[in-house]
Amino acid sequence: MADASDVAELRERIERALPGTLVPTPSRANTQAVPVKKGEQVAPNFLATDDPVITADQLPNVAGYLRDTLGYELLTNITATDYLADGIIEMVYHFVRLNGGAPIAIKVRTSREQPEVPSLTAEWPGADFQEREAFDLFGVVFRGHANLRRIYMWDEFEGFPMRKDFPKQGDKYFEDTEE
Amino acid sequence: MEEGRTNVGLKGSNDHDTQLEAEKQGIFFSNVNRFYNWGRRSSVWPMSFGLACCAIEMMATGLARYDLARFGAEMFRASPRQADLMIVAGTVTKKMAPQVVRLYNQMPEPRYVISMGACATSGGPFRDGYNVLRGIDLLIPVDVYIPGCPPRPEALLHALMTLQAQIDQQKIGRVRWYGKRDSKDFPVPTFGKQGLEVNGQLIDPVGGLPLISPFNAPTQGEQRTGILEHAEQARAFPLMDDTMTAVQQDAEADRG
Repeated sequence: MADASDVAELRERIERALPGTLVPTPSRANTQAVPVKKGEQVAPNFLATDDPVITADQLPNVAGYLRDTLGYELLTNITATDYLADGIIEMVYHFVRLNGGAPIAIKVRTSREQPEVPSLTAEWPGADFQEREAFDLFGVVFRGHANLRRIYMWDEFEGFPMRKDFPKQGDKYFEDTEE
Repeated sequence: MEEGRTNVGLKGSNDHDTQLEAEKQGIFFSNVNRFYNWGRRSSVWPMSFGLACCAIEMMATGLARYDLARFGAEMFRASPRQADLMIVAGTVTKKMAPQVVRLYNQMPEPRYVISMGACATSGGPFRDGYNVLRGIDLLIPVDVYIPGCPPRPEALLHALMTLQAQIDQQKIGRVRWYGKRDSKDFPVPTFGKQGLEVNGQLIDPVGGLPLISPFNAPTQGEQRTGILEHAEQARAFPLMDDTMTAVQQDAEADRG
């Protein structure tokens, strides 16, 4: 149960133990905003990451591997990110080892149109409210969740307020010139 | 010798000032209004009810250092049936708004409302967000507003003194709860698909500006002002929400 907080080593271990679960992703090192010509810059690729990105179906297996083999027992945080331009919603799972070491993150990517990932509530009851929050605010459907209802907004509400395309409107911070 | 000073004290131009000045001199004479108002202002019982960080300042106000008891308002009641004053202390989320109105309806008259802090008054820093009511005065009439984020306890004390000054000006024949009208329940909003609704009408949409006007001050009769805030500024980011597009088109039609 060695500390696997080195990201490259973590990817390697997951790849060795559960082949085919990792999704190939561009590394962050190669995709920083570098000047192509003088004064011109290429926009950074927001999807580039060094963290292991897991195929959605394999998420429970990988989480189980992190817990049972590597000792990352505590699932502290589940959050979602909306990449509007890329049509992707990314789920981020943070795991902590209770006997020390840095926390690790694994990610799952799913489409914006039909975001669906397996639920972890059966094994980690603490994931319950956080998955409901991601469902409430981002519309991510967690397959196998026993009680997938809205948690912050009311049940009658339609729409997902934390998505990037949710209408921004008001008079305090948004000016006429801003679109 | 003493008469001269008494005359100075009685220089007020109306009965109310005369009475207040006379009391400073130790001379008490009263009438029904004054006696009623004195009783009312001297024991305002707030409801023990906080929504956000403003409630921490409210608690500090009630404790020994700022000592709300000096003003007779230290009896924070846990039931709206026993309270005179609702201090709306903090951010009123849309999900909490029906409960706030329901609590207000359960308070016996005479009842007063202090809107404490930027959030309760206008939505504050969350005004452009999706989940915060843009001012509690959209739903219930407010007697005193306190600016601040959060207001210091001194500000809450000042608001209470302002409320007491307002109570001092009341005349029994004119205050709203001794007229012939029935006690009015304020409509409790319900949750709709796009935001808060009253009687099926959208009143505070998620991702828009309020579509109803706030109440004016109780001294002005608790009517809606009829003033929509920046109705001409209805704008949308129409990738997702058809309703907001319709609002925008209506606004453009009004302009054109």
